[in-house]
Amino acid sequence: MRRIARSTLQTAVNLVFFSVLATAILASTYFLTRDAIKKSEDAEKLKLINQIVPPALFDNDIIRDTLSIPANELLGTEGDTLAYRARLKGEDSAVVLESIAPDGYSGRIRLILAVRANGELGGVRVVTHKETPGLGDYIELTKSPWIKGFDGKSRAVYKDADWKVKKDGGQFDYMAGATITPRAVVKAVNKALIYFEQNRDKLFVVNEAQKESAK
Amino acid sequence: MNLQEYKDILHNGLWKQNPGIVQLLGLCPLLAVSSTVVNGVSLGLATALVMALSSGSIAPIRNYVPNEIRIPVFILIIAVLVTVVQYLMNAYMYGLYVVLGIFIPLIVTNCIVLARVEAFASKNAALPSALDGFAMGLGLTAVLGVLGAMREVLGKGTLFSGIDLALGDMAQGWVLHIIPDYKGFLIAILPPGAFIGLGLLIAGRNWLNLRAEQKARSKPAPSIAAPEAAQG
Repeated sequence: MRRIARSTLQTAVNLVFFSVLATAILASTYFLTRDAIKKSEDAEKLKLINQIVPPALFDNDIIRDTLSIPANELLGTEGDTLAYRARLKGEDSAVVLESIAPDGYSGRIRLILAVRANGELGGVRVVTHKETPGLGDYIELTKSPWIKGFDGKSRAVYKDADWKVKKDGGQFDYMAGATITPRAVVKAVNKALIYFEQNRDKLFVVNEAQKESAK
Repeated sequence: MNLQEYKDILHNGLWKQNPGIVQLLGLCPLLAVSSTVVNGVSLGLATALVMALSSGSIAPIRNYVPNEIRIPVFILIIAVLVTVVQYLMNAYMYGLYVVLGIFIPLIVTNCIVLARVEAFASKNAALPSALDGFAMGLGLTAVLGVLGAMREVLGKGTLFSGIDLALGDMAQGWVLHIIPDYKGFLIAILPPGAFIGLGLLIAGRNWLNLRAEQKARSKPAPSIAAPEAAQG
């Protein structure tokens, strides 16, 4: 009996030893790569943002100049998202919003879009989607320039009825055989623009913490 | 261990016991990421690295791990190594990290890794074990690469698309457009294409094997026996 207890204990100690060793290795790798990971994530984000907000439009640290936006029906978001704010010489020039089109052909389509201070779209990009490869995936810039059709559009020129694909009487192109995908994207972009109209004052507000750090 | 045994290990991993088309282990990544050459080869190399490291590090401690808890300890070590590889890719190959996504952590559950640790590393010394893991990983990489090439050419008409994600911006122009203005062949990109492609690869390997066997059999017997005698 005693011998069994001893060997069980030995086994347990052995397992604990390996777990501690594993934790130590993981923790040190985490700390060693943490800064590099943060850097490459920021660089990737900036690359995406630069596609829709040209670097000439801002001189602030856009990755850090953010505003947390709570879940919103118009944006289709279900949790907090970040808005990135572009400013040029202290003047608001554009804001980058995240938006989710919930009604893609196979689930959600996550978008980011830049709205200039005058209400024009700087551009829209698809961040993630699960649309059918070869059919609905022309919303990706790597597959087709379709998404560039949003550049420069605004709700000042296009009324609600125009924010539809041409098949539904709107102004936006689509490809035959895949209308559900562009329909969802166009709808989501329009709703995000409505959100911008309703909240533009709040979106550009400089919060206290940033004022402090700017000094 | 002599040179011949190392050669056997390599031969086993790359051809005779190839994990992708003979052992049929590790099918999850095989089917999921083999839609392009770059994706397939990248995940294959990550797997090969993990296999070499895990087999090489488990072999020296094999005598200190009690038999009853060997599986949890092996899995623990594999999981740690995979996570380390994941951190490194996240830090230094971000584009590729995003593309391979969930499949990097899934290397832990790829049964070929544990299978080699169990079958080889838990019975052999560190160096041959590391080589075995690496050879098996390379065998898998080769299958992923060939399958990726088949699916990419058929499905998209290109080769090496996305190579800039793996090698940086300088590789941007390296994408080959094999078939210009190709409309795409959807089934090759979707999972069924992976199954069909894998089936063809297995059939091809079996055919090559059968042919080699027939050749060996049709030769007169003494010619085979002679060189062996000379060696002895």
